[in-house]
Amino acid sequence: MEITMAHGSGGKASAELMSKVFGKYFHNNILDRMEDGAVLEACGKIAFSTDSFVVSPPVFTGGDIGKLSICGTVNDLLMMGAVPEYIACGFILEEGLDIALLERIVESMATAANEAGVKIVAGDTKVVEGRGGLYINTSGIGRIPEGRNVSAANIKDGDIILLSGNLGDHHACILSARMGIDNSIMSDCACLGDITKALFGGGIDVRAMRDVTRGGLGTVLNELAEASGCGIELDESEIPISSAVKGFCSILGLDPLYMGNEGKMVAFVPQQDAEKALALMKTAGNGKNAAAIGRAVKGKGVVMKTRLGGTRTVDVLHGEGLPRIC
Amino acid sequence: MELNKIIDFLKNYDGPQLKLMEVCGTHTSSIARSGIRGILSPKIKLIAGPGCPVCVTPAAYVDRCIDYSLRENHTLVTFGDMMKVPGASGTLSAAKGRGARVELMYSPFETISKAERNGETIYVVAAVGFETTAPAYALLVKEVKEKNIKNIRLVTALKTIAPALAWICENEKGIDGFICPGHVSVITGMSGYGELCEKYGRPFAIAGFEPEQILACVYDLAYGLSNGRCSEVHNLYKSAVKDGGNKKAQEVMAECFREGDAMWRGIGMIENSGLYLSGKYAEYDGGSFGLNEDLGLPEGCRCGDVIVGRINPDECPMFGRGCSPENPVGPCMASSEGVCGVWR
Repeated sequence: MEITMAHGSGGKASAELMSKVFGKYFHNNILDRMEDGAVLEACGKIAFSTDSFVVSPPVFTGGDIGKLSICGTVNDLLMMGAVPEYIACGFILEEGLDIALLERIVESMATAANEAGVKIVAGDTKVVEGRGGLYINTSGIGRIPEGRNVSAANIKDGDIILLSGNLGDHHACILSARMGIDNSIMSDCACLGDITKALFGGGIDVRAMRDVTRGGLGTVLNELAEASGCGIELDESEIPISSAVKGFCSILGLDPLYMGNEGKMVAFVPQQDAEKALALMKTAGNGKNAAAIGRAVKGKGVVMKTRLGGTRTVDVLHGEGLPRIC
Repeated sequence: MELNKIIDFLKNYDGPQLKLMEVCGTHTSSIARSGIRGILSPKIKLIAGPGCPVCVTPAAYVDRCIDYSLRENHTLVTFGDMMKVPGASGTLSAAKGRGARVELMYSPFETISKAERNGETIYVVAAVGFETTAPAYALLVKEVKEKNIKNIRLVTALKTIAPALAWICENEKGIDGFICPGHVSVITGMSGYGELCEKYGRPFAIAGFEPEQILACVYDLAYGLSNGRCSEVHNLYKSAVKDGGNKKAQEVMAECFREGDAMWRGIGMIENSGLYLSGKYAEYDGGSFGLNEDLGLPEGCRCGDVIVGRINPDECPMFGRGCSPENPVGPCMASSEGVCGVWR
């Protein structure tokens, strides 16, 4: 069975899609009221974020667009020090989409939301003409515990930068799928709540966090350097990258520093907390390959000490980071 | 030799001033990423050569590609590097914004399945590159022929490196030695370098792409030159480069292509430096001959000097002042392996 324009008509086909696909996997006391909007309890500071997901192919090694859509927004909230609580999702489905594939993706969203401890409390579906693709937007709300203040503005020179694991897995996985290259590279798509829980639970004064998504580590660190008014010094030999991704990048002329990730983060922590914070990060499943990769310094921009002892200025990503000709 | 000894030698080198050219764009990129320039003595200068295929492709070629992409029932298929290269009628990227059909490829062979799925569309492959990529395009046309696929054409801008090296040896006297391209040499082997070495009395060394391999190559050239050895060809990438090269690749290239003159942006026409579809494969050519017109480089742009190593990118008055990766004025800034793009 495939999605047709009738599934977006608001009539019987829409109702069937709601009950047989979305209703089958999305359940909670708020959503089940089936009203025009979710009514939520909130007090104190909240973090609010939104993200849209258009990845192709929609299913890849290590995840799918559904899992990605939950993890992406959950991670954005976590990076603000929030405890993610509620998600709203909007689906744009193209005519011709296989309903079995949609069901797999919806199930995957429900699983990821459940694991992250968030409730999907609102949603919408539209159908458009197309070639069987789908796009998902998720928005999320998280509660910021009393006294917690995580922001790029807090970064001070001397702070140590922790990276939660290997760079480039998601980007290399997606490119491999698009190029028909058979390898063992899996997307790192994951919610990073286990890491933030470990850090805050361990009493670390986390200054700033950022998930290392599009644009890669190079771009993210430049953004943080600019926002904080500090410079950043990296040590290339400390940056974890799997040999598979290294080889993949070398063949295609890509730079792991600019490869997208979907389950990696950087945290800036005071120097005196760094050792403990790194140990805590490593106790989390998603942080087992974590490393201290550099520090904030006086100045501006991002500079990396290379493996050979040279220096390299790390700029933001320009353009799309496309595979080269030779 | 141990790496730290190589680094010590290159750091403290105090012999005659040396200017070494890394011919290949991938070497340029690796040198920049690993900060090799910062390790070398000021007496050893590395300069980038013409080994970025995108940077040496003339404007008329880009215009031909744009023309195809705007034709009804045609789709242009290209590697990403070509998207921002300026022709007289703009870039492929800008044309795409105007509704041109341009699809990015990761491998030329994707075009076969596209063409089989969409029989109504003529797929025009922008086949740009050196000996590294030429065999893949040869295999592509062979498969197209075998499968009797009627809706694939190639517009080629395929070039060979040895004639360009000869041009540089002839015209640029200040270069003391060459770091030869690893990927190209995998295909060609040592052939070509020996003749140049003998004729021009300059050393050639083939290097791999790891920073350590490049350092070993710079050491080999610098040590040799400082000890009066100017006429040797060394293969320092033996794990991949055989003396005779890749015979199968050479055979398939010989079967599908013939040599012809080619226009190198910033340099000019170089005799017999191009590869063109020939014989029974000529029918798949989408008009690759005579694409020689080049844009007059904009006032101030010194891509021509950068490509042959006369100046470093930051000596160009446009560098960072009106010419950036977002808005490249010259082709050297447009490609990720273009010297200016890497230098940024």
